[in-house]
Order: sequence, then C-alpha cells, then structure tokens
Amino acid sequence: MPLKSPDELEQLRTKILEERKAQGEKKGIVLCTGTGCRGAGASEVFDAFKKALGKKSAIEFKSTCCHGFCERGPITIVEPLGIFYQGVTPADVPQIIAETVTKGQVIEKLLYRDPATGQTIPTEKAIPFYTKQNRLVFGNNRHLDPTRIEDYMAMGGYKALVKALFHMSPEEVIEEIKRSGLRGRGGGGFPAGRKWESCRKAHGDIKYVICNCDEGDPGAYMDRSLMEGNPHSVLEGMLIGAYAIGSSEGYVYVRNEYPLAVENVGIAIEQATKMGLLGKDILGSGFDFSLVINKGGGAFVAGESSALMASIEGYVAEPRAKHIHMTESGLWERPTNLNNVETWANVPVIIEKGADWYASIGTQGSKGTKIFSLVGKINNTGLIEVPMGMTLREIVYDIGGGIPGGKRFKAVQTGGPSGGCIPESLLDLPVDFDELTKAGSMMGSGGMIVMDESTCMVDVAKYFMHFLKDESCGKCTSCRDGTLRMYEVLDAITKGKGKEGDIEFLEEIGWMTAEASLCALGGSAANPVLSTIRYFRDEYEAHISAKRCPAGVCTELITFTIDPKACIACGKCRKGCPTEAITGEKKVPHKIVQAKCIKCGTCREVCPSDAVKVA
Amino acid sequence: MSHKKELIKFQIDGLTVEAEKGQMLLPAALEYGFEIPHLCYHEAVSPYGACRLCLVEVTKRGRTMMTTSCNYPVDAGLDVATNTENVQRARQMILELLLARAPHSEKIRAMARDAGVEETRFRVIEDADDCILCGLCERVCREVVGANALTFVNRGDRREVAPPFGDPIACIACGACVYVCPTDCIKMKEEGDERTIVRWKRTLKMQPCQSCGKPFAPVFQLNWIIERAQLPKDFYALCPVCRKTKKG
Repeated sequence: MPLKSPDELEQLRTKILEERKAQGEKKGIVLCTGTGCRGAGASEVFDAFKKALGKKSAIEFKSTCCHGFCERGPITIVEPLGIFYQGVTPADVPQIIAETVTKGQVIEKLLYRDPATGQTIPTEKAIPFYTKQNRLVFGNNRHLDPTRIEDYMAMGGYKALVKALFHMSPEEVIEEIKRSGLRGRGGGGFPAGRKWESCRKAHGDIKYVICNCDEGDPGAYMDRSLMEGNPHSVLEGMLIGAYAIGSSEGYVYVRNEYPLAVENVGIAIEQATKMGLLGKDILGSGFDFSLVINKGGGAFVAGESSALMASIEGYVAEPRAKHIHMTESGLWERPTNLNNVETWANVPVIIEKGADWYASIGTQGSKGTKIFSLVGKINNTGLIEVPMGMTLREIVYDIGGGIPGGKRFKAVQTGGPSGGCIPESLLDLPVDFDELTKAGSMMGSGGMIVMDESTCMVDVAKYFMHFLKDESCGKCTSCRDGTLRMYEVLDAITKGKGKEGDIEFLEEIGWMTAEASLCALGGSAANPVLSTIRYFRDEYEAHISAKRCPAGVCTELITFTIDPKACIACGKCRKGCPTEAITGEKKVPHKIVQAKCIKCGTCREVCPSDAVKVA
Repeated sequence: MSHKKELIKFQIDGLTVEAEKGQMLLPAALEYGFEIPHLCYHEAVSPYGACRLCLVEVTKRGRTMMTTSCNYPVDAGLDVATNTENVQRARQMILELLLARAPHSEKIRAMARDAGVEETRFRVIEDADDCILCGLCERVCREVVGANALTFVNRGDRREVAPPFGDPIACIACGACVYVCPTDCIKMKEEGDERTIVRWKRTLKMQPCQSCGKPFAPVFQLNWIIERAQLPKDFYALCPVCRKTKKG
C-alpha cells in the first residue's frame, strides 16, 4: 500500500527499526558482491554462505554492493564485532561461520595486513585505507542491501525528501543547495544550485530532470558503484531536485554495460513506486514525479549532456550546440536539468544536515567530498571518498598505500581520458576543481590513474589519444581529425620516427582541437598531450632526438640484453621466449639474439635473478 | 497571424549591423558581405557546425569565445570578429586537415590558398575519397527531399555517411546529394535507361517520355513523388521538355 503522509512513512520506519531492535545485536555476515568483488569470486562465496547457513539461520546474512576496497575482494565483514576479512574464498566459509560468527574467534590468515607495519588489523575501522576517508555519500553502501528499501529506510532514507516537501518551498531548497556550494560531480563542476535555479525560472509547463549514469572513463567506476550499491539515495536526490525545479518526469540514463546498476535502480524504482515515494501525490504532498530508465548503448560521448539527451530522443548520441542552455531548451526542447549520479546522491545529505554543515567540508571553491577511483600502479586499488582539498600525497600514500614493488611514483592522471597527468613535483596539490584545472588537468568524474617510473608518458598520451580518436563522435573536423592526427604524431614518436618540431606541432594541433571543437570532449581532448608535454618534455625529447624511451616501454626504441654476471643460467627465459631468441645451456650465461627478439618482455618477467636489462 | 520580427543590433568587425533576433550569425554576416569561409552550411538545410571553418570570435557580456557562426543565434550587443589571429590560426589548421581528407577537391584547395595554406603537413588519408563528412547530403536527403536514404555510420575516425545498414533501398536517385556536395565526391551517371548514384551504389531504371521516348527520371522516384503528393498516376507521362512544349 502506498504511504499517504509523512506520518505513515515515519510509522513504517519506526516499525522497521523496532523489529530490528527486538532481534537484538544479531550476529551477522556482510558480504560485498559489488562488481569488483564479483570479479574476484564473490558470487561463489555468496553461494557458499547461502548453502552453509541454510534457510532458517539465526545468523543474518547480507549481501551489499561495493565497499571501495576492491583490491582486497571478496570482502566479508562479521558483525557485530566488525571483523574484516579479505580475499575470502568459498573454502573459508565454514571456518568463518564456525569460528568467527559462532565463537567470536578471529581467523588470522584472512585479516588485512598493513604493508607499512607488517601487523594484521582485525577491524574495518582501523584499516588506514578507511580511516583517512570521509564517506558521506559512499559509506552507506556497506550497510545496505540495495534491493531492500527497508535497509535504506532504517538508515534514515527519504527523511530529506519529507523535509523538502513539507517544510521547505522549492525556492528554499534551491537556496540551500546554492549555499552548500555543491558543484556537479560529472566533470564540469558547474554549481548545481545555479543550474536548478535557471531551470526553475525557465518557461515551460513540462520540465525534465535526468540522472547521468553513462560513466565511460577507463578505470572509473564510482557512479556505477553508487548506483549499484545505494540507488535510493540517487532517487531521493532526484525527487528533491524535481520538486525544487518543478518537474514531474525524470530519466535515469544508465549504460547497458552496467547490468547490475540497471537491475538495482530498476528494483529501487519499483519499490519506491509501490510505497508511494514515486508517482502521483507523493506522501500526500500534491507533488507528482515518475522515473524512466533509459539504457545507453555504450558510446563514450553519450555522457556529454546534450549527446545524452539526443540519445534519449532516439537519435545518435551527438553533442548539440548549447548557445541556448539545456536548462531552457534541453530534452525535446524543454527545460531540462541534468546531474550526475554522485551529484544527486549528495542532495539528500545536504538537505538533511544543512548547507552550512556541508559547506564546512572542503575548500573555498569546492565543497563537500569527492569519490575517486584510485587505480593503476598503487597498492590499494579501489574507490575512495575524501574531502575536497586533500593533497595528492595523502591520497596516493596514506590511503592508496603507495606504489607497489618499491618503485618510484611518476605521475597521476586525473579526469579521465581527456584529463591530464600531474607530476611528482605537484604531489602536495590540494585536490579540488580549480587546483586540478590550474595544473592542466581536471576533476572530470574522479578517475585517478597512478603511474610509476616504468610508465612512458609519451605512450600514455598515445593510449588516451587512441581512445579519444575512437570515441569522438566524429562530427567536428577539429576533434575527429585533431585527435586522429595527434595520435599519428605520437605513434611515430614512439616508433622512433619522431622529428624535430613534433612537440610544437602537437601543441599546435592540441590548441586547435580545444579551441575549435563544439563540446567538452573536443575541448579537453588535448589535455593528455599538452599536460605530458608540460611536465615530461624531456621524455618526448629523448624519444625524438636520442631515439630512446627512458621508461623502457616503447618496443621499437629499446633492446633487451642479459647481464652475464647476473645470469644464473636457469633456462627459464629460454623456455619462456616465444620466438626462441635466447641461446644458452646449463651453467652458461644466456644470450638474446637481437634479430629474433620481438621485445615482448617475457624474459624479464620470468628471470629470477633480475639479469635481463632494458635500454 | 504573423509575428512582428524583432530586429536587433550588434557589431561585426566594428560595423553595426541589424538582424532578426535568433537568426544564425553566418547568414546574417554573409548578407552584409562579410566573407566567412564555410563548407557544411547551406541555406536550404538546418545548420550543423561540422566543418568548423566558419569560426568567429564572439564577445558577449565581456566574455570572448571562439564559435562556429553557422549555428550561433545572434543577440543584441554581440561583438563579432570574423578574422582575428586566433580565428585565422584555427582555420588554417582545419584547412590542412581537410586537404589531407579531400586532396582532389578544387574548392578546398582554393579555400586553403585564400587562407594562406599551400600544403598540408598531415599524411594524406589513403584512398581519400574527398568526403569531408560535412553531412550536407544527409541533411538535404532528410530535410528537403524527405527520402531519409542516408545516415552517419560509426564514430570517431571511422565515421562515414552511408545508406542505413548499407542498403540504398530508400534512395530515389534524385541527385540532390550530388548537387549539394561541396567536394564533388558524390557522382551521378546516366547510361541508357539507367541512372546511378555511384557513391551509394544505387542504380534505377528510368521512365521514357511517352512523347519523345527519352528516359528522363527514375521510375522509382516518380512513383515515390506521385504517392507522397497524391498525384494522378499518369502525372509524369511526359518529360519536362515535352510537357513545356505541349502546354506552350
């Protein structure tokens, strides 16, 4: 039965909480079955727990989505003690139930071991990866079964909606969002309150709100994990936004490659509709709002707001000129307010706790927290949420646990494929919208790819340019051909065919691509090239003038040799070589026949004595 | 009911000009005789902004930005500069890019020369067919003819214009795309009683004139028009020439 008033909603919440209280401090198991943990085998662990516990177990078993520490998945937490187990396999399940759940004994081998101290850490709360974070938006994932609206209610869900609908005017809601300083988390960083305000003021009886979940940056998955793990927080944010703007219809645009996100937001919409939190006369307020899911076909450029709207309309996802703002003429030429998943999920937090509280977190120009996906050459791969203004050093070393294999940090690429690379000298940069832009990169949607000394920066620029030339919609000559030509020049440089003047040529193409293209994809497409030239010009010069790749990556510029003094003649490289380019026998140091070598690097990987050298 | 047109004033290269509010900047500027190079704009179809040659610098409320003029709606108080150093620089490089894509196009060569570009520094695209993806053919086919026989396919550097699913079944071989193509990369030929649009691989039989016997238009096209315009079945019995003589 749909709830007809805020009182009915509160009665339901009280009922849920009382039922849970009556059960006492129940022993429970929380298993992360988010995408990262599933990739590490969480589905099998889930089955094993289900089988071992049976149907009528007194132990509560909860399956949640992403907790963020994906490097260590599958993650299992045993309640009420909060014991944190990592890398759990189905074989560990009986022991976890018999020892930890039943007797409260900790299983040492499943605990997280801090690489810095060598000590095991039994609880989640004490792990450095988590202690430095401020998980305002993302933290609830760990407590929620995203397919159960009751879990969201138990955590105070839809309280912010009641506050907005019954205690605030639409203008007051907008004012609150404006005062909070919330800026769009999708990449542009436009103040959300100002966007809402201009959409509210736009003429038109039909207005739309859209949630952009077309996350396409390689390595970024925070929107996915929020949508999978806490879809109701996004719906609540959209409901509040729609009320403020005066919209009664909305779209959730989610890419079809995110099947779990599609499924979970679908379940959430169904549950919210059944409860009367979506649909006509929501909680008796007179406010109507309904939501439709639109599945995206996978074009990167569809994440650009005007391209996304074209896609919803049934056209090819191609950006349109925005000389008239989307807030005045967007989807089907009607006033439209589009925000990204994370932006929407911030809204209930702001309404509930207040703009002043929210604005106390972060920096002068960027308020609140930001979720980053920390990937690449870093010990603790995963999703992190930190206050704006935290330095890169804290993120990489304190939360990320530094660089694996004792290697040296080289750069961090932020902002997705059209972001930029930030060098070691800027590690103390406070991360917010404006500082990243000043450094020649951008916030983007929050991707952070860490690179170490074995990364070639020309090769990195080439990788991103390859991505962008494929993913440009192809409409503007400047972007389509600009990215293609930058890629060609970079490709030549990495193959030893670079010429004097290539760097200046790249700068010229990059300038034109950014200045002459229509949308933000073209506008920022040159960033990977320009930022690597800005900070790693010497690497470009080494490739061009000395025909040398300092990082030892570009195969056409390097040779593999075996140091006869270090070689222990074990034969592993000889057996591993796919082209039989290595000669040698027992007790005789091995040699590489250069004419046969394809520089695949297998010999270096398998060598136990580090005798294979690259130059 | 006709709405009174609202005329607004703004500046182009220091000259005060007048145009209808909301009109696109390029046609307004061309009307005043300003020379702004352009390839993907045609007055018969909606502006698209693909070739990027018609770039200008627009200053609005103190903020200057480079933008294509073909799809920029004019507004009172704009300050437009059509030939700044930045505009020239960008335009020159775009012409270099286009030269590498359409090496045989005399029109682009001439435009490049006018802009001071003699050679392109880019590798000429292998088997370049001179298509610059301006989309005029696609727009004229959809918006003017209404046949919807063409579409953009793929994205990025693999983008091309082609009949949907590679099948030119909707093409009436009217030749509007041939006429509108700025680089002359869509060819039409007539042999015997057949007309072929070479690029789309569409060959149609032509109808002979009942009077002079000369084939004058594809049967498929004539039937298509008769059906859509609800004309009498024998409306196109005569070729345009004989029709004129008969009437005259």
